[in-house]
Amino acid sequence: MSRLRLHELCGYRAGDKGDISNVALFADDAEVYDVIVREVTAERVKEHFGTFVTGTVVRYEAANVLALNFVMYGALGGGGPRTLRSDSLGKALGGALVRLQIEVPDALADRRAPRPDVGWAEAILDRLP
Amino acid sequence: MTSNGSVRIAGGQGFYGDTPRSVEGLLAEGVDYLCLEALAELTLAILQKDRQKDEARGFTKDLPAYLAAALPEVAAGRTKIITNAGGINPTGAARVAIETAKRLGMHGLKIATVLGDDLMPRIDELAGSTALTHLDSGAAFTQFPQPALFAAAYLGARPIVGALDQGADIVITGRCADAALFLAPLVHEHGWAWDDWDRLAAGTLVGHLLECSGQTAGGNLSRNWWTIPHPWDLPYPIAEVDADGSAVITKPKASGGRVSFDTVRHQLLYEVHDPARYLSPDVVADFTSAAFHDESDDRVRITGVRGTPATDTYKALFAHHVGWAGETRVAFSWPEAREKAIAAAAIFAERVASSGLCVDEWCVELWGVDALGGPTVPATDAEPAEVVARVAWRCADQLTAGLVGREMVPLTLGAPPAGLTGMGRGAARPTELLGIWPTLVEKSLVDDHVVVALETS
Repeated sequence: MSRLRLHELCGYRAGDKGDISNVALFADDAEVYDVIVREVTAERVKEHFGTFVTGTVVRYEAANVLALNFVMYGALGGGGPRTLRSDSLGKALGGALVRLQIEVPDALADRRAPRPDVGWAEAILDRLP
Repeated sequence: MTSNGSVRIAGGQGFYGDTPRSVEGLLAEGVDYLCLEALAELTLAILQKDRQKDEARGFTKDLPAYLAAALPEVAAGRTKIITNAGGINPTGAARVAIETAKRLGMHGLKIATVLGDDLMPRIDELAGSTALTHLDSGAAFTQFPQPALFAAAYLGARPIVGALDQGADIVITGRCADAALFLAPLVHEHGWAWDDWDRLAAGTLVGHLLECSGQTAGGNLSRNWWTIPHPWDLPYPIAEVDADGSAVITKPKASGGRVSFDTVRHQLLYEVHDPARYLSPDVVADFTSAAFHDESDDRVRITGVRGTPATDTYKALFAHHVGWAGETRVAFSWPEAREKAIAAAAIFAERVASSGLCVDEWCVELWGVDALGGPTVPATDAEPAEVVARVAWRCADQLTAGLVGREMVPLTLGAPPAGLTGMGRGAARPTELLGIWPTLVEKSLVDDHVVVALETS
């Protein structure tokens, strides 16, 4: 077994409803999905977010899209129109979730997230007057 | 409707402030219905502030720009518009729509307005008839901090279908479930029954995939986001929906972006709680029952969606005043940037305390350290190259919230930590904070008040 950050294995998207944030975690394939179902429990996610999430965390499974959905109560400092946080809608909480390190079987130990290539963006910026 | 019987619907707007430029590409591609979703939870709070200043407002101000882009196609009979841009004043929005049509010389367009979502005039009556318990906390409505600033129920697709059945070219609603804007034309065109739960679920799932515009076509993608073609020309999505409820999600061909299994599943769970029980006013949809087949070439086929009967309640949102917020930012560079930022925030807070100004809540963030990740950011000994201290506060009144920010100004020359730069931002004008009270209201208490008004330009 090895330890890997979820970022090496999964995609993510965060959404908001009131003071609730939901973060969906998308496995790259079925093998990864089986691992995250086992490893990424609601309890671990709750512990990972610490004081950022004051309420409970509930986990739902969506096997048809190889995803887990974490619904986190009390996650936005009171909710979008009420919170003092700069990330008022919790858009960054998806990235925050995939910082979590989990145990993976050796067959997945060499998985790495693809590295961004923004050469096209640098070329655009270089052309700016 | 296309020759093979499928209906083409498009999501031309995902939020208030989205770009009307998207509409052109969708209309060039040809769509039977252009649905414009303008209302996030937060948006009613913004519109409420508008209405406080002017009773004639309270709808999204960019509606005329969208209409101007789309009305030539509507007048030509090639598309119809369904939008919740009415916000908390659909009647005002309809008035502007008629003015816009007349200004463009388009007469005879039928404009329908859906009313009845606004619960503001009925709060006392409703509180006497139903519990209005806070949906998340379980708090009793007696704890709601009166007065309400807005109160609205999320209506379903039925009144929109009613408007389309009466021949409406443009349907303007206030608060309704986002997906209902998209389900309605499918029910109207395909003649789906209101207890055909699987098809209603399929239409709701499609609506959910279209309601956030570019987010289904490669926007906000987490994986390989840098490989999205021409992201500055991100298209908005189109669904081709068959009478049996199966659908293809796609995009205008002449555009950037991407529609794939990955972009679609990213949107599938966005702002969803239990994906096996997606509660909408018209059906309880099981998003986990859907099969997704990536046909490549920016086409994803969806089949097999299952649904179960709708509940007997509508979700409703009430809002109340909470206080006033201000914020300020100051930047520090290496060395000891993090420590200097912490010290500056503390000095500022002490200055405010000694000034006698009353602050009810503070929020201190260190941008460049852990402002966005909070406790998930691992501790490190590495020194950041630069840190911005961002301090926000809540006060009971607007004046105090504004005065608090001034206490940062003397730190420009008077703070012990050397290196405070001009990069920060002075105290912005205070903003009003609103609390949201989500609840449920029995449909029987709402439906009798739902009205469809029809006017001609």
